[in-house]
Amino acid sequence: MDAQIVKVKNKKGVRVIPGFGLSLGVTLAMLGCLVLIPLVSIFLSAAQLSFGDFIEVVTSRQVVSGYMVSLSCAFLAALVNAAFGTVLAWVLVRYDFPGKRLMDGLIELPFALPTAVAGISLTYLYSDQGWIGSLFDKIGIKIAYTRIGITIAMVFVGIPFVVRAVQPVLEKLDRQYEEAAMMLGASKLYTFFRVILPELFPALLAGFGLAFARGIGEYGSVVFIAGNIPYKTQIAPLLIMTKLEQYKYADATAIALVLLLLSFLLMFLINSIQIYMQKFSKA
Amino acid sequence: MSEKTKKAYETEETADGLHSIQKVIEPPHESSRPIIKYLLIGVCVLFLAVMLVIPLIVVAVNAFSDGWAAYQKAVMDEYTLKALWLTLLATVSAVVVNTIFGIFAAYLLSKFYFKGRQVLATLIDIPFSISPVIAGLVFILTFGNIGWMGDFLKAHDIKIVFAVPGVILATIFVTFPFVFRELFPVMNAQGKDEEEAAALMGANGFTIFRRITFPHIKWALLYGVILCTARAMGEFGAVSVISGHLRGKTNTLPLHVEILYNEFNTTAAFAVSSLLVILAVLILIARNIVEWKKK
Amino acid sequence: MKKRVIAWILGTAMAASVVLTGCGGSSENSSAGLELLNVSYDPTREFYAKYNEMFLEHWKGEGGEDVTITQSHGGSGSQARSVIEGNEADVVTLALAHDVTAIEEAGLIDSGWLDEFDRDSSPYTSTIVFLVRKGNEKNIQDWDDLVKDGVEVITPNPKSSGGACWNFLAAWAYQQEQDGDNEEATKAFMKKLYENVLVLDSGARGATNTFVENGQGDVLIAWENEAYLSMEEYPDDYEIVTPSVSILAQPSVAVVDSNAKEHGSEEAAKAYLEYLYSDEAQRLAGENYYRPSSEEILQEFSDQFNLDMNLVTIDDFGGWDEAYQTFFDDGAVFDEIYSE
Repeated sequence: MDAQIVKVKNKKGVRVIPGFGLSLGVTLAMLGCLVLIPLVSIFLSAAQLSFGDFIEVVTSRQVVSGYMVSLSCAFLAALVNAAFGTVLAWVLVRYDFPGKRLMDGLIELPFALPTAVAGISLTYLYSDQGWIGSLFDKIGIKIAYTRIGITIAMVFVGIPFVVRAVQPVLEKLDRQYEEAAMMLGASKLYTFFRVILPELFPALLAGFGLAFARGIGEYGSVVFIAGNIPYKTQIAPLLIMTKLEQYKYADATAIALVLLLLSFLLMFLINSIQIYMQKFSKA
Repeated sequence: MSEKTKKAYETEETADGLHSIQKVIEPPHESSRPIIKYLLIGVCVLFLAVMLVIPLIVVAVNAFSDGWAAYQKAVMDEYTLKALWLTLLATVSAVVVNTIFGIFAAYLLSKFYFKGRQVLATLIDIPFSISPVIAGLVFILTFGNIGWMGDFLKAHDIKIVFAVPGVILATIFVTFPFVFRELFPVMNAQGKDEEEAAALMGANGFTIFRRITFPHIKWALLYGVILCTARAMGEFGAVSVISGHLRGKTNTLPLHVEILYNEFNTTAAFAVSSLLVILAVLILIARNIVEWKKK
Repeated sequence: MKKRVIAWILGTAMAASVVLTGCGGSSENSSAGLELLNVSYDPTREFYAKYNEMFLEHWKGEGGEDVTITQSHGGSGSQARSVIEGNEADVVTLALAHDVTAIEEAGLIDSGWLDEFDRDSSPYTSTIVFLVRKGNEKNIQDWDDLVKDGVEVITPNPKSSGGACWNFLAAWAYQQEQDGDNEEATKAFMKKLYENVLVLDSGARGATNTFVENGQGDVLIAWENEAYLSMEEYPDDYEIVTPSVSILAQPSVAVVDSNAKEHGSEEAAKAYLEYLYSDEAQRLAGENYYRPSSEEILQEFSDQFNLDMNLVTIDDFGGWDEAYQTFFDDGAVFDEIYSE
């Protein structure tokens, strides 16, 4: 990888801005030592399985259902966050109202609150004995210990991603187009969906992707609020932990590897769309 | 955003496209009807209340359910203070390392075009998308007894996992992309024309960064540092795998919370959690002050 | 130019390594005197907190050198795993022999540990009982009440919790007695039982918290000592029901030989575990709701424990290795129960 980039550099000739070598060196060195080298261990460990065993582990019914639970709940949670995150960003950028600063400041709290604490207090709230859960229990909806509970925990941990991705773009958004559209008689809603949303889309997508990926991997808060029943509310990271408790390292890393590849693919897709759209908008 | 416009201004729904000229002269963007405005604000308040504020109230209510004395006792406990110290140590380390990395990586990816740029950007994001459980596991598989570096470390009597360095490494790992993620879009949006011009005029790399790039990114940088701090303080999953739960040695605050909860000491658990909430709020207040000064 | 780049990279790398090794160094220097790390499982926290003080007093009286004891608690399986992965425990005091055997297989504990101390190296025992809400509205008296419609059961997952293995085996033993040797019928019973399970936590403490703190379920299948502890915390809210058949749960203790050798703590580690069999420690175990392994002292607690329960042992299942393979391994009975 290193050599390849150096070659490219030479082909292109001299770069105008100095510091390419230095920043490339530091970036790769730190990324390598702190992230990539440790990550290699997953491949090494999973490689202890034969290919057949690997496939058998990651396609066993329980594991597949674990992936499905994690993916579907995380997707739903990311959608919820995309919708509310956009509205939140819009309100924070476009409106003035008392308590705005407070609202703005609250957004990061899910990061700072340990996921275990989040899980414990969300379970406390949404169980059929809890403040909110008991209300829903009356109309026959159970939240904690079902997939709805899992989704709620994932929404919680993902709140900051979309808001903080969309907010700066919205702030910078040139209002000319919007104004032009309005002047030309477009309705508010039409303007939003046809003029503003396309501008926000790359940022929204990035935020959505991060929230989605975070949800897929979330463990700490979900284990408290999920019932952890196989085939119903067992998430993939919990399966990894269970395999570890059985001292099956290779199996655990095999499941982890698939999860990792899924997230990597997702992030790659989103980054590509972002970069593509950037080129597109500059052209 | 800063310009204040007349709130009195209102538009009618203009399906027929008949805007009077006078209205056009006034800036139309603050023109939303109060109903929509308050509806949207209401939606946000409700969402944040249900998802965020009420859970925090649960923490507070439980923390003080046995009174102020019990709260004080839980917070001033010897092990709580030790855990607080370790949390701060890990957080500071993570912020320092990730800030250095974030600046270099964002500079690299925004000012230079080279093959593999996309792949590199995605690789940097991995810790974001990785399950914290896997993040902890990764270090065990590398530096632990069963890891491929285990024998080497043992021979040299270096302890990483189930010791403080492991906790720090795991914290750095999970917060790795935070500063980068904040800087990259800003640097990218700024483009590289100014830097190129400066370079052509003969400025050296450090000067270019200090005089041209840095002023553009300082708020984003600060913001990244704040996010990184918040996330590092709250990290639970990865640290829990790697710490060994040694009381007074490798327990961070979030782990201490879990231990207290498992000891049926719910009040103390929530009291210690509230400590984390307070720390987070302090950081966010600091950020607001800085932001205010900026204006 | 190039030289400067290299210097920069080296500088950054060195700074990073100084930060890391600096921390490593400081954590190692802090050990003055002998340190004893006891890696244990969740429900023993309260017991060992008191036992450590008792032991230190005894040890000083014997003229032993200065010792500081550090405790670590968590799910039994994950605690054993942390020792295998490099958590340098001098002694382990875990929920079941299976977990100690796993450490033995990793080469850290010498074989034959089961006979190193009296009574299969389990100084205290416990059993599996039911914790129900005050009034016992669903009238739960025995295992067959748990499979009735509408009864919600809380028990952890045996794949990740040692305690849950004991729960499973106790239920199995009961039903086996009812069915004779009809394994299919017993499996059907277990399937029904687990269909009634509302939350399958990953550890015993998690399950207790789900039942007690979050008010889920009608009955918690729990360690006897764990059930008594909940009773102590909330005396007005719960009742303990002892089923007609249960299992003698034998938590195992062992010296982690290779770590103790390295730390020079072998003697202290051995004394630490041996002292668990002393009368004072046995009484302390009883006070913390563990059944003392000494018959004499157990009798002193006869009004606390139901001593008439019919208790099977792990040997009735052919020992832990066999039991684990038959019931809890991948694709074994437990997976079968959940497969449809």
